[in-house]
Amino acid sequence: MLTHALVLSALLFAVGTFGFLVRRNAIIMFLCIELQLNAVNLALVVFSRVAGIDGQVFVFFVMTVAAAEAAVGLAIIISIFRHYETVNVNSFNLLKW
Amino acid sequence: MVETVLFWIFGVVALGSAFGVVLGGRLPGKGGSPIASLLFMISTLASVAGIYVLLEAHFLAAIQVMVYAGAIMVLFLFVIMLLNLGHEYQQDMKGWAASLVLFLVSGAMAGLLAVRFAGPGGGGELDFLADANTAAMDAAMAEQGAVAVIAEPLYTTYVVPFEITGILLLVAIVGALALAKRRVA
Repeated sequence: MLTHALVLSALLFAVGTFGFLVRRNAIIMFLCIELQLNAVNLALVVFSRVAGIDGQVFVFFVMTVAAAEAAVGLAIIISIFRHYETVNVNSFNLLKW
Repeated sequence: MVETVLFWIFGVVALGSAFGVVLGGRLPGKGGSPIASLLFMISTLASVAGIYVLLEAHFLAAIQVMVYAGAIMVLFLFVIMLLNLGHEYQQDMKGWAASLVLFLVSGAMAGLLAVRFAGPGGGGELDFLADANTAAMDAAMAEQGAVAVIAEPLYTTYVVPFEITGILLLVAIVGALALAKRRVA
């Protein structure tokens, strides 16, 4: 079951990457990043079955960082939405070559 | 074997819901509702929490449901509702050709990772290696409880990262407030 869980985490990570690359809605891109973090968490929990409890402590830290990232990222999205009236990242082209 | 059946149910639901997050209940080229994506995301998080329980990580499963599915997803929901995006079905997905190429690239990445994890020299021997360690961990968990097993290294070995995490959260609170606050004249 451990190997199956690792393969599942690889698949979840790939789906998150796919979503991040293919969607242009900033909020859904954020959700896909959370999906990737979650896939890594799953892999860490599997490894903690083999290598001791430290993997689960790392998951704890990853969750905290995810919470902080979500708070700041959503604040940035709100701030940008006030200016551009959209969350489509194609519209934010001020720094684009 | 009830654990294996449960694992497959949770795994299939998690993966299907992950695709639901990306597609948002619609097909490429059509866009989708952010609310649908969010609900699919909660389904994925709940299924992964179920897998955590199967892997004997009970405390993390509880945290996953409370903090991730409970708090962070509600934050996302608040922002979607605040910005009034719930009924916005405008196209925000790349076209069929770009989607297909990116799907193949992500699929290749998943394949490489899976081969590395499941193949020889990687995680292939994991179930074999796990037996000795798993018995020790289960014994510690039965003796100390699911929370104390994590709390003990968290407050001894990892006490400095733990404090830095606290500072990180403080910075995130102040940063979020400073960014999202309206300008006061």
